[in-house]
Order: sequence, then C-alpha cells, then structure tokens
Amino acid sequence: MRAGVLPKLLLSPSVLLVLVCVYGYIMFTIYLSFTSSTLMPSYEWTGTASYQRLFAQENWHVALSNLWVFASLYIGVAVVLGMGFAILIDQHIRAEGVFRSIFLYPMALSFIVTGTAWKWLLDPGVGLEHTMHDLGWESFAFGWIKDSDMAIYCVVIAAVWQTTGFVMALFLAGLRGVDAEQISAARVDGARTWQIYLHIIIPQLGPVFVSAFVILAHMAIKSYDLVIALTNGGPGRSTWLPSVFMYQYSFTRNEMAIGAASAVMMLAAIGMVVLPYLYSEMRKVKNG
Amino acid sequence: MRKKLIATVLAGAFGFAGASFAADNSVEVLHWWTSGGEAAALNVLKGNLEKQGIKWNDMPVAGGGGEAAMTAVRARVTAGNPPTAVQMLGFDILDWGKQGVVADLNAVAAKEGWDKTVPAALQKFSKYNGKWIAAPVNVHSTNWVWANKEVLAKAGVTSDPKNWDEFIAAAEKVQKAGFIAIAHGGQPWQDATIFDGVVLTTGGVDYYRAAFIDLDPKAINSPTTEKVFQRMSQIRKLVDKDFSGRDWNVASGMVISGKAGFQIMGDWAKGEFLNAKKVPGKDFLCYRMPGTQGMVSFNSDQFVMFKVGSDKADAQAKLASAILDPGFQSAFNVVKGSVPARTDVPDTAFDACGKKGMKDLAEANKKNTLVGSIAHGHAVPASQKNAIYDVVTRHFNGQIDDKKAVADLAAALKQ
Repeated sequence: MRAGVLPKLLLSPSVLLVLVCVYGYIMFTIYLSFTSSTLMPSYEWTGTASYQRLFAQENWHVALSNLWVFASLYIGVAVVLGMGFAILIDQHIRAEGVFRSIFLYPMALSFIVTGTAWKWLLDPGVGLEHTMHDLGWESFAFGWIKDSDMAIYCVVIAAVWQTTGFVMALFLAGLRGVDAEQISAARVDGARTWQIYLHIIIPQLGPVFVSAFVILAHMAIKSYDLVIALTNGGPGRSTWLPSVFMYQYSFTRNEMAIGAASAVMMLAAIGMVVLPYLYSEMRKVKNG
Repeated sequence: MRKKLIATVLAGAFGFAGASFAADNSVEVLHWWTSGGEAAALNVLKGNLEKQGIKWNDMPVAGGGGEAAMTAVRARVTAGNPPTAVQMLGFDILDWGKQGVVADLNAVAAKEGWDKTVPAALQKFSKYNGKWIAAPVNVHSTNWVWANKEVLAKAGVTSDPKNWDEFIAAAEKVQKAGFIAIAHGGQPWQDATIFDGVVLTTGGVDYYRAAFIDLDPKAINSPTTEKVFQRMSQIRKLVDKDFSGRDWNVASGMVISGKAGFQIMGDWAKGEFLNAKKVPGKDFLCYRMPGTQGMVSFNSDQFVMFKVGSDKADAQAKLASAILDPGFQSAFNVVKGSVPARTDVPDTAFDACGKKGMKDLAEANKKNTLVGSIAHGHAVPASQKNAIYDVVTRHFNGQIDDKKAVADLAAALKQ
C-alpha cells in the first residue's frame, strides 16, 4: 500500500530537521577536521595534518586503550550478568515482578547520578573502604578509583551496574519468545534444565545478543558523562575515553581540528558497529 | 474571540521587542568563583554596582581552573549572545581578542589613567593591538606555602624553612608526627600550581623564562628540568593516599582543621582561611615557596568585556570603571587573598599576608622578577599549557619517571 501525500507531509519537517541538524552538522565536523581550527572554527584547509597530530598524541592512545578495556569488559559482563538474571527470573519464581523492577531501577538514573554515587561509594576515604574499616575489617583495601591503573575498572563497575537491568529485560523478552513446544519436547526426551538452556534456548537468542551488543557498544563509545562524574578523567589522564578526549581538545585546549578528527574517528567506530547490523536488517525487510 | 487572542499575542510580542531597545541597566558576568571565600569577594562588586542602579546577573560555572567556564563562553560567543563580562586568565584573553569579539575600553582607560597605574606585566594581557579589552581585578601569585601553626608546633617545626631541603625536612617531621605533610588535590591544574613554585626555586627566574616562556629547547632539556621533576617526586611522597581528584578548597580545609601541615597553593587559599575566621600569624603562616623569596609567579584575573549591543554598552563601561576603582580594589582583594591590580592602592586594610604580598609584588615589579604563572595560562597559550599539564600530572601520578618526564616535556613543547 503506497503512502499517500499526507504521511509524507507529516514526516517532512522531522526529516528536514534530522537532515540538517544531524547529518549536516556531521558533515561540518568532518570538514572541520581537515582545517586549522583552534579556538573557533576556521575554514582554512590543511588536509590530513590534524589526523597526523591526533595519532601522535599520547592522550589519544591512552583513550583508545581505555576504550578497548572498558568496552570489552562492559559488554561482556553486562551480557553475561543480564542473561544470567533473565534465566533466573524466567524460572517462574514467586515475586518475579519485584525482582524485575529491582534490576531495572538503575536504568532510571542518569549516568551523572550513577557516576557521582559510585564516586562516593568507591572513595577510600568516605566509601566502602572507610565503612569496612569502621566495621572492624582494618585490612580491607579498595582504593581502585585513586589508582592510575585500576580506575578504569571502576568505570566498568558503575556502567555495568547501570545497564545490566536493561540487558536483562532484553533477554527476558527473548526467552519468553522461545517456542514452548520445543522445550516440552526436550523434557519428554529426558533433557535436564541446564541442557535445555544451553542447547535449545540460548542458540535461539542470537538476535537478542546482536541487539544487546549494538546498543552496549554505541553506549560504550559515547560514554562521557559517566567518566566525568566518576573520575573527571581519572588520576591524571588515566580514565580518558575518546569522548573525553574530543571534549578536552575541542573546548579546553583550543585544538578544535584535532577534536573534530577524534569525533570523526568515533563516528567511524560506531559506524563499524551499527552499519552491518542496519544493513542486515534492511536486507531482511527487502527479502520479505 | 480568535481575533482578540491574535491581537493580544502580537501586542505582547511587540511589547517585548520594544522593551529591549531601552537602555539595559544590567550586566551578565560569567566566572568560576564559587567557593566560599571567592563568592564573598565578588559580592563586594555586586553591591557597588547595585548602588549605581546596575543589576548583576550572575553566571557562575564551577571548576577551580576555569575549564568549564571557558567552554561556556565559547558556546555563548558562537551563539552571538556573549555575556557582558567574563573572568579570564592570561593568554585566553589574547586569544579572544584575536577573534575580534571584544569591546574597546580605551575611553574608560584614558579617563581613569589605567596605563599609569596597572603594572606592565599585567597590561601585556589586558590589551590587544594597543586597545584595552579587559579590566584586571587582582594579582594572584602561585608560589606560596600555607601552614597550620599548631600542627607545625606539635611536629617540632620551630622556624620557617629557608630553602628547599629545609622545607622537605620540615614536611617529613610533620608526617612523622602523624599528620598529613602536604594537603593536595590531585587535579592537573593543582599539580601544575606546585610545579610553578618548584621551577622557580630550582632554576630561578632566568631558567623559568628560558624554559617555560621562551620555550628554549636547551633550557627544557637540561639537568635543571630533571631536578625539578625529582623535587616533584619528593612532594609526591608527602601527600596522603587519597589526594587524587580532591578540590583545592577541600585541601585548604584539611590545613585549616589541623589534619595537614602545609598546602602549596596560590594566595586564593588565604580566602578560605579568612572565611574560616583564622588569623594570619596566629593560626596560620604564609610564606613564599622556600627558595623563591624575591620572585613572584603571578596570574591576574581579568574581566574581559565582550561586544554587546549599544543598549548594554553604558552598563558595561560602568562595570569596567567599578572594577578598577581603588576603593573596590582594596575591599575585594582583602577578602579574596590577592593583591590589587593597581599600584597606587594603600595597603592599610590588608592583613599581614596581604601586606607581604603587595610588598613582594612591588619588589618583583621593580627587579623584573615578576613572571607569568605556567599553571594559570600566563606563560604559554592554552594548547601548550595543557601539554605541560599532561606531563606534570602523569609524572605526579607515577606513570612516568623523572627522565621520561623531561623527554616528554621537550617533545610536547617543541616549536
């Protein structure tokens, strides 16, 4: 059924807005990354000089390695925990609604609130370590957030805490969508619960894994507010992520061209994650 | 009914438009003076302007080193709606002057004789292309040490340290007595503020100028620089283990409350002590970083006036004039802990530390040992300042050793 004129008319303001304000500005940033902008945008073309300077920055390499650590741990742990909680809740337990709500609540907070709360919890002087000392456990030490090497793992902890509930909800929906007949047939054949999960249900959750991965990956790459609220870049520069790098170089260090170059790299990274997914989805739609 | 509604809306719209053409007797000021002592100092200016009938629209953007504030400024200027005045330091002022979005204060400056009363080292940052673009509020300096007298007495430190080694020995005594030797906040700008004083005490003014203002590679890649970083490592051993990320006024609080013995911080820390009703000489001591008496590494807060509409120009000129008014300069700087930006302000209202600061500034101005602070944007522009921050903070956090720090610094400041 072909769309008439009215739906197209209704959608066109939004389409125009997105075209200009999202894609237009993306083009502007890409252009800026090839210029000599410092404090304010300048339009003098300098070719790939900004990219060369970008890759020479030690801060960028710190940010990239932090992103690698953060993204892999964040996605891995969130998926495993989320799936675990979903499977446990799926066992037709009594207070299923209560548990679901408890696990989903952290999603309602903004990353700033999460970051600030965890900053206090993880601070050795006022948080967990201090409480343990007060309770009598003198030798307890958890000063990760003040340690240059371990601070990034604190960011992982806070991020996983925030998003595990959401992943759990995704998996729960997926689990509930598995055909009950297959499970009954397997039970008749004498399969035990864990075998049913491992060999029948989880393989069918493929699409859920992909959705969870795409959402978590793009959140990991864009992560800025959590880092700033939790460690403000960490001891020294040790919890910088590419988003923090982009902001610092564009606005604080008056190096807009390098900042724009780093933003383009972030866009490329997100594109690598999202575009194959989009492409496969569109192919599914076209093929019926 | 509909016609009436449309008519009312149109009338309202024109009403607003009409109102904005009348002279706007308000100023919008963007700054980062949000701690107790600083806000109290700014209230003096607010009160003075309100007496002249000018409304003060405050726009504070927190963050001790001013980073967040600079971003807010950029957004406002790009949007074409700059604040009337913005607090800025050093090279940032000149960078904005280059953009051509600042107002011309030559009329006010000529009328009040600013060229004769403001020290030359400050004027370097207040003027662009011969035109006054900013009104200096104060002169802070960064090579100070603040000490809690009682803590020092309890630790057995009886005399003020005269040089670096005596300072380290005194700090170690404080540490052995069970107190925190040096209260420090592990933010890059605070690490760099200590760096200012250590560079001055290790190499003197000539090395400071050669390495960090002129960026002479031979001066940067020298044994003096390595010694500077070795001394920074000594300081590192004297701070407590929770120093990372702490705010500067929380660190001052540690000295005020007697938990720590020393703080190496600019003289805005004095504002915190005064706000806590402590008396210089009785409760706390103030002296130059040992080895730097006679030298002053300064940074001057200046209010840059942006080009605003003609309706706001009058209020803006009054603001500039009020900032450089001798009465205000004395009242403000007494509270803030800094020294007046005019050399003709009497020091009668200042406490012991303030009087010392004014005397040191006059002496340094005469002997040409008045140098711009590296940490606060008065030695090199923002991009290189942040590159220095990178190396200093990495080194202070133990990620690179002394030799690598020297090499990284040389690479970062390569022209």
